[in-house]
Amino acid sequence: METEVTRMQAEDYSLFYGQFKALNKINIKIPANRVTAFIGPSGCGKSTFLRSFNRMNDLIPSVTTTGTVYLDGKDVGKQDVVELRRKVGMVFQRPNPFPKSIFDNVAYGPRLHGTKNKSDLAVLVEKSLRRSALWDEVKDDLQKSGMSLSGGQQQRLCIARAIAVNPEVILMDEPASALDPVATLKIEELMNELKNKYTIAIVTHNMQQAGRVSDYTAFMLTDENRSGNLIEFGATKQIFTTPSDSRTEDYISGRFG
Amino acid sequence: MNKRMLTQNAAFGMFWLAGIVAVLIMAFVVGYIFVKGFPGISLDFFTTSPRGGLSGDGGIYSTVVTTFYMIVVTLTFATPLGVGAAIYLTEYSANTENKVVRKLVTVARFGVETLAGVPSIVFGLFGYALFVSALNFGFSILSASLAGACLIIPVIIRTTEEALKSVPSGYREGSLALGANRWETTWKVVLPAAFRGISTGILLSAGRIVSETAIFFVTLGGSYRVPHSLMSGGRTMALHVYYLAMETRAFDKAMSTAAVLVGLIIVMNLTINMITSKIAAK
Amino acid sequence: MTSGTRRTGLEKIMKTVLLISALASVLIVLLIFVFTLKEAMPAFREIGVWKMLSGTTWRPGNGEFGILAMIAGSGLVTLGAIIIGVPLALGTAVFLSEIAPEWIVRVVRPSIELLAGIPSVVYGLFGMVIIVPLVRMIPAPGNAGFGLLSASIVLAVMVLPTIANISEFAIRSVPRGYKEGSLALGATKWETISRVMIPAARPGIISAVVLGLGRALGETIAMIMVIGNSVILPTAMTDNPLSIFLSRARTLTGNIAVEISYATGVHESALFATGVVLFILIMLVNSSARFLLKKGAQ
Repeated sequence: METEVTRMQAEDYSLFYGQFKALNKINIKIPANRVTAFIGPSGCGKSTFLRSFNRMNDLIPSVTTTGTVYLDGKDVGKQDVVELRRKVGMVFQRPNPFPKSIFDNVAYGPRLHGTKNKSDLAVLVEKSLRRSALWDEVKDDLQKSGMSLSGGQQQRLCIARAIAVNPEVILMDEPASALDPVATLKIEELMNELKNKYTIAIVTHNMQQAGRVSDYTAFMLTDENRSGNLIEFGATKQIFTTPSDSRTEDYISGRFG
Repeated sequence: MNKRMLTQNAAFGMFWLAGIVAVLIMAFVVGYIFVKGFPGISLDFFTTSPRGGLSGDGGIYSTVVTTFYMIVVTLTFATPLGVGAAIYLTEYSANTENKVVRKLVTVARFGVETLAGVPSIVFGLFGYALFVSALNFGFSILSASLAGACLIIPVIIRTTEEALKSVPSGYREGSLALGANRWETTWKVVLPAAFRGISTGILLSAGRIVSETAIFFVTLGGSYRVPHSLMSGGRTMALHVYYLAMETRAFDKAMSTAAVLVGLIIVMNLTINMITSKIAAK
Repeated sequence: MTSGTRRTGLEKIMKTVLLISALASVLIVLLIFVFTLKEAMPAFREIGVWKMLSGTTWRPGNGEFGILAMIAGSGLVTLGAIIIGVPLALGTAVFLSEIAPEWIVRVVRPSIELLAGIPSVVYGLFGMVIIVPLVRMIPAPGNAGFGLLSASIVLAVMVLPTIANISEFAIRSVPRGYKEGSLALGATKWETISRVMIPAARPGIISAVVLGLGRALGETIAMIMVIGNSVILPTAMTDNPLSIFLSRARTLTGNIAVEISYATGVHESALFATGVVLFILIMLVNSSARFLLKKGAQ
């Protein structure tokens, strides 16, 4: 772990919904070009924490935070949120392609960020769709609505859409929970490919999935105040075989949650 | 600040402007009517009838009475029909497999939607042809309220349906499980639980009657005397505003009457909002 | 046992009574259509449908019953109201659904509700006293203030609540995922609204405008009060083609309301025919709005 380059980091990070403390002083370093999985029982704050990396929690008016989240050593709270979200892409639990064509879905981000030239866009769209392993399935009809694809294809389209703006980090919030096993497998294979180029953080409630796809695993749990805490973080192999915290062991072995 | 944020600020500025203009229009219309109308309002204004003729003299007593009659009579016709229709549509046909019933419901819904879109002057024309002429009710409260009932039936059906749908299904199941039949359940359990919601619908309809002019313009006759029976003609406050403005050109009196009218509408709106927020709080 | 039969009997009776109530609306619609059409038949037969629709002169005394001028009047005043009212209404809808802080929404929304509740005769009065004198200040020969422009302005305010409310609802109904997806790609709020939210809400917004159009076509009293009611085919009053809006006009609705109380014979029938034309026009408008809403829901 000491040899890894840190891409994102949280330092004494707490988050409140009004008076309620949802995240309690979290400290973590997300290594670059690795897949980091966040696991824990539902309600432990793992999705909320994930959304702190691209400040999606800003959308909720009652949310306040203390502590700091860093991207490449820079406080994300002090960055231009638009630029931050270009660098930190996100894939959501339910596939959410826009009601536009496949091409326009992928080209949406690049267009916003200044790519106007048609042939540049076409190249970028193809590259992104290839990288998300969707190209072969859709190359014949890029004008088809993104909504007409199957759930698994939609999710890969959303991944292509995120890749197209050339992010450094991709956040995935239970990206396969709405998909069937075959589609899930494809997404998992994809993650393995993508980590060469991107840093990936994934929230999952599926421990087998975490074991299969991730290099590092963070286990979160609520304390007696129902605030989410980071219990243990380490190499996935170590967390799953020799956890140092008894609560992690209980959770891994299915004793609660 | 970059170009994208500048564009956003410019766009948001326009939207703020739109919101502010909407409020200002309301404030200006209502404010102007009140400021111009209040000086002419006194106790006498409410207790004397219009003097008639082209003078525009007198108060609005008979028009208040006519408005009240119109509300009562129209609601008497429309409420049972509207509430009954809503009960059928939500309580009796909700989960039916019966094909005939399903067809009937589709037809009924089409009727309600169509009726809701009919412009009021067409109701007036219809009322004039059927009630005033064919049935020989003449220009009267009876003719006008029958025509007016057509206008508010869709309103009552919609709001009642909303109210019935918001009654938890557990209430119905509880009653049915005790051996009550559909009607007993509806009458004793569902309707009382939906009472507040239905009453907002009725109040809303009363507001429509107070505001309506076109229908009554061609069915109520416009007499400024106090009506003494269902067969009397008359003029509602709204109609009175029209006559004052268009025929007598008595704009001061028209403003005062309009101020009373708008005041009444505001009170009704506030009452509806109060009942609705109580329902929401429950 | 007897009480049991009585209860079942009541249940059966009530079921029938309620069914009849439910069908009352259809019955009324049918009655309206049949009665209006029946009364309009003599005019259609004696004058001819096409001659009525395309005739530009309406002189009941001479037996001339062309309603083209009224169709043009209704059409132009509605167009004017849409041009003035739609930007304001849509702006308000976007403002309320996406931009305004909660406490501002609590001020603006009741204001719009109140606008919807103000009787049309009050709008007419307001138009006569405020709008008409303002429009009269536009220098153009023959401009009396009463006319299409004044009527369009009044009508724009009257359809504002309809269009704003339905559009706001349409924008609020856009799935949250679209918004989050766009923001997460680094779009600004405005880019998200203009490129994702509004396109996704488009069917609802269009049907809001169409429903507003239906309301505008049906408005009667406020129109009579400010439009001037002259039966003329509106034409431009100066070199500027926009000056057509300074022209006096009469709407289909106004034609019925103004003349019905003293009309007899073919004249009366021709007014019913005007009603049939209006009825069909509004049915077309409203059903296309419903069609769009259903298509949008899919």
